[in-house]
Amino acid sequence: MAELREIQSADAAGRAQEAVKSWGDRTAASDDAADLQTEKMVLNMGPSHPATHGVLRIVLELDGEIITKASPDIGYLHRGDEKIAENMTYTQFIPYTDRLDYLAPLANNVAYVLAVEKLMGIDKQLPLRCQFIRVICCELARVSSHLLGLGSFAMDVGALTVFLHTFTEREKIYNLCESLTGARFTTTYTRIGGLSRDLPPGWIDQCRKFCKEVGNNIDETETFLSRNRIFVDRTQGVAVISREDAIDYGLSGPNLRGSGVEHDLRKAEPYLVYDQLDFEVPVGSKGDCYDRYLVRIEEMRQSVRLILQCLDKLPGGPVNIPDGKVVLPPKDEVLTRMEQLIHHFINVTQGVNAPPGEIYFAHENPKGELGFYINSKGGGTPYRLKIRSPSFVNLSILPKLLPGHMISDVVAVLGSFDFVMGECDR
Amino acid sequence: MSVGPQSPSSNPSSTLPAASSVPAALAGALESAQQLKARFVELISDPAEFRGEVTLRISDVDRIAEVCGFAKSDLRFDYLVDITSIDNYGDDPRFTLVYHLYSYGLRRHLRLKVDVSQEKGEAPTVTSVWQTADWHEREIFDMMGIRFRGHPDLRRILMWEGYPYYPLRKDFPLAGRPTQVPEVAFTNPAPLAGGPFVTIAGGKDTISREPRVRIPETDALEMNARLERRNDIKGAHGRAHGPGPIGPGTGGA
Repeated sequence: MAELREIQSADAAGRAQEAVKSWGDRTAASDDAADLQTEKMVLNMGPSHPATHGVLRIVLELDGEIITKASPDIGYLHRGDEKIAENMTYTQFIPYTDRLDYLAPLANNVAYVLAVEKLMGIDKQLPLRCQFIRVICCELARVSSHLLGLGSFAMDVGALTVFLHTFTEREKIYNLCESLTGARFTTTYTRIGGLSRDLPPGWIDQCRKFCKEVGNNIDETETFLSRNRIFVDRTQGVAVISREDAIDYGLSGPNLRGSGVEHDLRKAEPYLVYDQLDFEVPVGSKGDCYDRYLVRIEEMRQSVRLILQCLDKLPGGPVNIPDGKVVLPPKDEVLTRMEQLIHHFINVTQGVNAPPGEIYFAHENPKGELGFYINSKGGGTPYRLKIRSPSFVNLSILPKLLPGHMISDVVAVLGSFDFVMGECDR
Repeated sequence: MSVGPQSPSSNPSSTLPAASSVPAALAGALESAQQLKARFVELISDPAEFRGEVTLRISDVDRIAEVCGFAKSDLRFDYLVDITSIDNYGDDPRFTLVYHLYSYGLRRHLRLKVDVSQEKGEAPTVTSVWQTADWHEREIFDMMGIRFRGHPDLRRILMWEGYPYYPLRKDFPLAGRPTQVPEVAFTNPAPLAGGPFVTIAGGKDTISREPRVRIPETDALEMNARLERRNDIKGAHGRAHGPGPIGPGTGGA
């Protein structure tokens, strides 16, 4: 038999690769190894596995405990959203955006209507109050999504307490969503040219209270994890993505910034009122699972900062564009005035009248760059609507990233990626 | 697909208000468009501008990879945001591919469009330029049926292997079409079938459900015992409850 060899490498990925290499050397060098009958094993992970966060299936080819090949299989949640969008008016599609990244429906609502407003050329006419409220929505969604992402990430690598801790806080966001939109998950809050309703009375105070509480919660979560020996061992140096690879594979959001690329659409191409607000974009230095975790923690703090600024600066006034051709007129006017009745009728039956043309609008969603490409031939229905979902693109790096890692690293990698299959499969 | 009537492509700045200058991002994109046009002259159309975005049409689909390679290497478009496809049903050429490029260094967007005819139905892959193109191209192949020449792994991605239609084509109905249940994806025996880690569902105790050593004869006995139990149940209740015969996939008799 070949002798035992000490393998020294700084990080887990390196160790794994060393081990594979060393095994290859041994089999080549030693005759004894020919007696060993080794065979690669195929392990099917998912589509229903608690660590795959939805219906992701990964077919892993294993050499012992080391992954030699990984092929993700997606599409279990494919509902044909793009096809559906071609067959309904722009407004009718808003509820479907709730179901893309179903952990941050408010952000999807905002992203989609901003895309349609860009197509119609009315994005600059939005009332300030509407823009501020939309920013609050986006940041609440970001906090909610990251809380879930971190909670389940920590749970996957063995820290169950964090999960319970973050979910308690997330519940409060859902309460805010409920009083804001009437629904906890399927919010459908935005409308083309505005919002479905203004903030309810007392909501601002509730939101402030929440910001204070979540700040403490984030600090506590960090004390649970950042110096937790098990968590650090399982994430530091695991699944390192270089800056070049991150760009080449089109990663976006915290996964991209974890690799040290300072790119945030809120800064690079400011929309809404992000250019009037003060916030920082955290970036990682190594690009491992731990960096992606750190980026998310800091992003939540920045989001809380943004929400508080918006609450301070929130101006009064209407939340909708005062144009009956875009936004439904108030109901009492519809019932008493001819013109408003016509607007209501046209808006509901034919939809808003978008010009022919094509636009791409990208929004910094919690998971990354959520883009809508709308190709219009005019009228109330898109000719083609393509959803560029961050989870789909982020997952495409797995076949490159996983080989060389241990099976147990897969859960750490998937947790650190924080994807959601609703938007991946669309 | 032409741009909107209120933004003639020949004069990009005409739609902008007189007071504001051309935004930096738009000016940058136009500059890149001119550089691309200077390199490929007649292959590339004049830049069309709509809502601050610049679109270039490329006349020869076979050279798209070359154009993209140049855009990445010389014009610093290092990030391929997205590739998508449009079905211009009833028009010729039928399909259009749309590439969204972004440059992290220069912070500018560029959109490239190229037509693909139905007879040809094929475009060269850009996976060698950007790795991220891999899944985007698989999705287009899956949804629209355009093949990508030279793609390393051109399989369906959202629908299952063997699905006969291309759902995003305009002649595919919204309600869908009936198809065979996707047995095609699972025709091979499970990789561990007959191995030591496969449980025999419905075994009478733990040892028979998860034997340490799998012996075909014992498995056959187990199956007979199971069928007997099933018949007992049937006799008692009039209906066959409980597990049925062991399937071929579980490595039974």
